Amino acid sequence: MNERTDGDFMTQGYPIRNNGLQKKIKAGETIIQVLLFLAGFVSIFTTIGIVFVLGKDAWLFFRLPEVTLWDFLTGTTWQPHINEFGILPLFMSTLLTTSIAMTVAIPLGLAVAIYLSEYASTKVRKILKPTLELLAGIPTIVYGYFALTMVTPLLRSIFGENVVEIYNTGSAGLVMGILILPLIASICEDSLSAVPRTLRDAAYGLGATKLEVAIRIVLPAALSGISAAIILGISRAIGETMIVAVAAGAGPNLTLNPFKGAETMTGHIVRISGGDLSYDSIDYDSIFAIGLFLFLITFVLNIISQRIVRKYREVYE
Amino acid sequence: MIVKRARETNDFSENLSLRQRSGKYWHLMFLAATIIGILALSALIINIVNSVFGYVIMDSKINPSTLAVNGIELEDQSTDQWIQLLQEKLSSGALKKLEDEKPLSERSRKDLFSLIETRVLKYKVLETWSLYDSLFRKSEIVNEYLRVKKEYPGAQLQFRSWIRGDLIMRSQSSEASTAGIRTAVLGSLWTILFTILFAFPLGVGAAIYLEEYAKDNWLNRLIQTNINNLAGVPSIIYGILGLAIFVRALEPLTSGALFGFVDPTTANGRTILSAGLTLGLLVLPLVIINAQEAIRAVPQSLRKASYGLGATKWQTIWAHVLPNALPGILTGTILAISRAIGETAPLVVVGASTAITFDPTSPFSKFTTLPIQIYQWTSRPQSEWRHLAAATIIFLLVLLLCLNAAAIILRNRFEKKY
Repeated sequence: MNERTDGDFMTQGYPIRNNGLQKKIKAGETIIQVLLFLAGFVSIFTTIGIVFVLGKDAWLFFRLPEVTLWDFLTGTTWQPHINEFGILPLFMSTLLTTSIAMTVAIPLGLAVAIYLSEYASTKVRKILKPTLELLAGIPTIVYGYFALTMVTPLLRSIFGENVVEIYNTGSAGLVMGILILPLIASICEDSLSAVPRTLRDAAYGLGATKLEVAIRIVLPAALSGISAAIILGISRAIGETMIVAVAAGAGPNLTLNPFKGAETMTGHIVRISGGDLSYDSIDYDSIFAIGLFLFLITFVLNIISQRIVRKYREVYE
Repeated sequence: MIVKRARETNDFSENLSLRQRSGKYWHLMFLAATIIGILALSALIINIVNSVFGYVIMDSKINPSTLAVNGIELEDQSTDQWIQLLQEKLSSGALKKLEDEKPLSERSRKDLFSLIETRVLKYKVLETWSLYDSLFRKSEIVNEYLRVKKEYPGAQLQFRSWIRGDLIMRSQSSEASTAGIRTAVLGSLWTILFTILFAFPLGVGAAIYLEEYAKDNWLNRLIQTNINNLAGVPSIIYGILGLAIFVRALEPLTSGALFGFVDPTTANGRTILSAGLTLGLLVLPLVIINAQEAIRAVPQSLRKASYGLGATKWQTIWAHVLPNALPGILTGTILAISRAIGETAPLVVVGASTAITFDPTSPFSKFTTLPIQIYQWTSRPQSEWRHLAAATIIFLLVLLLCLNAAAIILRNRFEKKY
């Protein structure tokens, strides 16, 4: 509180009687500080809002006689019109698209990051890095269009039209991988180039080749950033909506065949709420239960990712 | 001992070529991965451009050339002649309905011509081809055209660019060749306006609090952690939140009933205001985090100098910290806004309308936005709507590119080095 001591000093040195102006400012300052605090607190309200809203309607959903928590978690059919509410088909297709996406995005993203940080010339990096960030900003509906109009026909022409359905989780997963690639590559590149030059020079001095420096020295040193990026990518893939809504098909389907159509959790929420959904219907409540499930998964993943960064970050001077 | 060391050296040199070979091999692998990534993303752009241009077979109920009067083509005729044409060709019921919406004599030329196109000429897209097919399979297309021509004598083959000047001037229509994105563009602009009004002051306020006022205690740490977490919540969850709070719980406010102003077309909370606030909540963490970084970059010496002159805390922030942080704050806000413009999922959940033909007129109107329009057109099975979706995607991407370029220019221009 520097200004208060300044003020005291002033009144001691120069006898100014009228302190009204100063007091007015101080009252104003307090009001401003309170307002700013409230602005900061809106984020807490948002979280409370999410938990409360999802929790309340999910509670209404689980209290219904047709639904039990056990059946919700273990049931293998999701057919609201015959009162079957098992989340497994939706959850499995989310897992399936996410695994396909990560199989594409992790190796490619990591390789791109290593290339950019260890091999590419400064000129190439200066062009590719902002391009990556720009690509990460393309709306996901555009990727959905790409999946449906390019990747699906491509898959169908490779594997045969009888094998690959028009809507399938494979094409959605592949494109999701392409969507997440820039994200993973960008964050990994950041943490790879944060490893200090001296570490690399020391390894070169001992006769290591470029590959050995990259894989055995730089990669382990940047591991915390890389694993955080991967977890962030997984969380992004699980919550990704428009690609699966456009390309993965409508209708829950318990299958691990990537060439068949199957609805994911997010895809289901979008389809159900797409029409004019009447409040207090079982469908309305069910999207909150699925939403809560989705929120908990991504929330835990985000927390883990932040923990990893904080706990295992290597600090160099 | 000596023998052993010699063998080691030998191993080492043998090993060396192996190590170098595997080094070269992996170098190529990393390069290949980068090229694959670039190719995949180029395929995305190429695919869209491929769908935007191409041959179409169009049929019209009446051939426009038969409507020429005294050798004057239909397009060059006067407004009165057009109105006369409409009065001749439309049923009295349809005419009355149009007159009720807006009298024909008061309508603009553009409006009248699009009425003639949809009501009199009745253009209809019969078949479409992509740019690739149009360039390399011309003979097949011509054969198909000749076959179709037998069935529809008025059919015409033409090379069409689906992105055209009047795309943003036309409203939605049931026919792909005359449909446009005016309603969606206006919807996006209205929605984003409320997103900015909500997220910008709150976001900057929160950032000022966290950077300038907050002491290092559990509450402020909680707020900070919470903001970082909110940035990672899937956007569809915000949609559910918006549905429960803005659309349902705050319905009197978001439908306009509280102000005695209810748009007769909606009369519920699925309005532009709800959509804007939902997107505002979604981008709020991004605005806060970006603004925090900008405020943090203002050097401490500036604050000290201001305090030294007797300024209060708020005077210092208002007169010195904020002006210096403003370019950074604006850059971050523009990036957050471009994220909001591209969001689709939360708006579907909040209740974007599936097909509206009238423009939004107030915060309490029903809405559709550019990404929603792309989603709906992509989901339709007929190929002509996919072409239209591709044209809309190009428009959206150019818009986002402009916003990003503006952010980069702003950053480079006003960036200060201390």
